[in-house]
Amino acid sequence: MKPINQKAWLLVLPVVVCVAFSAILPLMTIVNYSVQDVIAPDRRVFVGTEWFASVLQDQDLHNALWRQIGFSLAVLLVEIPLGILLALCMPAAGWQASAVLVIVALSLLIPWNVVGTIWQVFGRTDIGLLGAALSWMGFDYNYTGDDLDAWLTVLVMDVWHWTPLVALLCYAGLRAIPQAYYQAARIDGASRMAVFRYIELPRMRGVLMIAVLLRFMDSFMIYTEPFVLTGGGPGNATTFLSQYLTQKAVGQFDLGPAAAFSIVYFLIILLLCFILYNWILRAGTSGAVDEESTHA
Amino acid sequence: MREKPIHWRSAFLILYLLFAILPLYWMLNMSFKTNTEIVGTLTLWPREFTLRHYHTIFTDPAWYSGYINSLIYVAINTVISLAVALPAAYAFSRYSFIGDKHVFFWLLTNRMTPPAVFLLPFFQLYSSLGLMDTHIAVALAHLVFNVPLAVWILEGFMSGVPREIDETAYVDGYSFPRFFLTIFLPLIKAGVGVTAFFCFMFSWVELLLARTLTSVNAKPIVATMTRTVSAAGMDWGVLAAAGVLTIVPGGIVIWFVRRYIAKGFAMGRV
Repeated sequence: MKPINQKAWLLVLPVVVCVAFSAILPLMTIVNYSVQDVIAPDRRVFVGTEWFASVLQDQDLHNALWRQIGFSLAVLLVEIPLGILLALCMPAAGWQASAVLVIVALSLLIPWNVVGTIWQVFGRTDIGLLGAALSWMGFDYNYTGDDLDAWLTVLVMDVWHWTPLVALLCYAGLRAIPQAYYQAARIDGASRMAVFRYIELPRMRGVLMIAVLLRFMDSFMIYTEPFVLTGGGPGNATTFLSQYLTQKAVGQFDLGPAAAFSIVYFLIILLLCFILYNWILRAGTSGAVDEESTHA
Repeated sequence: MREKPIHWRSAFLILYLLFAILPLYWMLNMSFKTNTEIVGTLTLWPREFTLRHYHTIFTDPAWYSGYINSLIYVAINTVISLAVALPAAYAFSRYSFIGDKHVFFWLLTNRMTPPAVFLLPFFQLYSSLGLMDTHIAVALAHLVFNVPLAVWILEGFMSGVPREIDETAYVDGYSFPRFFLTIFLPLIKAGVGVTAFFCFMFSWVELLLARTLTSVNAKPIVATMTRTVSAAGMDWGVLAAAGVLTIVPGGIVIWFVRRYIAKGFAMGRV
């Protein structure tokens, strides 16, 4: 396959230095805090795994974790199919393609707190279009008071905000498929579904993998948008992990537990991403085998 | 096969575009209304059209310096990300070396770390280095998630370029830097464009780290917005106008990158 060349390390070195500076040093600080009780800046007590034990038994954390997993799953289940569908519907060329691309991509480049603010206003029943329309249609919609409404509003906001990422990546993947593939499919009399299943989907593998992983990671760390929109409420209905962590670290200034929580949080994401990464890689290779066999 | 689906395809597309535009339209609409109209009644377009909110932003240094600060650190971040990620991505796409897969996954893990986790250590690290409230601090902090992403995307693009091109160039007596800059880089132009787009995007929209690491001199627009909200009650009009203006730089960037996206990329040898 690729030639072995240890000198390639020299090319990777700048990245490693850069990321080590801004990732390993901070992580060491966190590990340091997670095993100590900081009573005053100059008085610290080593407490071993006490913080980890208390964090792992924290009922609020468990609830936040389950809410988080539910939310991330919902995000993936809605955004990935919707993004693929949207990419398939977008015009392939001409000024329409440019116009649609720009409109679709706009929501990605809005700062996250602005996204929260937009939806905060948009969903209000007195001054927002969405809220007013929903109550006009007779729904008892109130995202600041009702758990389900709040959760759904956060989800719809995320779909609005991030589906374009999936769509743009898939669109780029689709455009890279040579026309010859479609012609071959037409000669074979392949159905639309077959074209999608055996040509488009395998060819989008690379971009889809990036889309799925990015959406999973980012939805798992979602903080700013729900913070602005609902403030985690009503009650704790939309308090996800990052929000809970920030409450602990900055709000209550419990450094030890917050650091232990950070590490647990990080390990959860790492584990889930590792599973997802390998799963997609495997699914991708078996997809490639399918592709080979259809060509044969 | 081509005739029938066209209808539901355009219908779906138009529905989605409506869904995408409506919230934006609402903000644009709000930015042209007076505050009494915003809070008082629900109007589909401004009854009393006003540019006062935009005037406030363009004349108050506290507001417009926020845009400049944001643009500065986003630019620094994009340049550094690309500069370090390009050679690394080349190494990952062309060679095997000890620990390559592990380093690659380790890089990705940094993209997975929630910014909330880095909040406190970054604050302490940059305070002790005397970098607090500088553009470079935010740019460096944003490298944590942008460099791994840049390496990842560029690696995908580079793997799509056949290795024979490299070998031919080396046989022809090109040195690595000369080959990389004059032959290879033009071949992955689209990849560089797309990567710069992603770096710009994720750095431009990030709030938590940017707000924590700055106070006055490098305060980004996103932070200016949150603080004004809490201080002066709810000045919805100015907030909406500021929001509309935050979309402008992004819109310009998309306009430049749309060509590369429309041309298509598959990421890697598919």
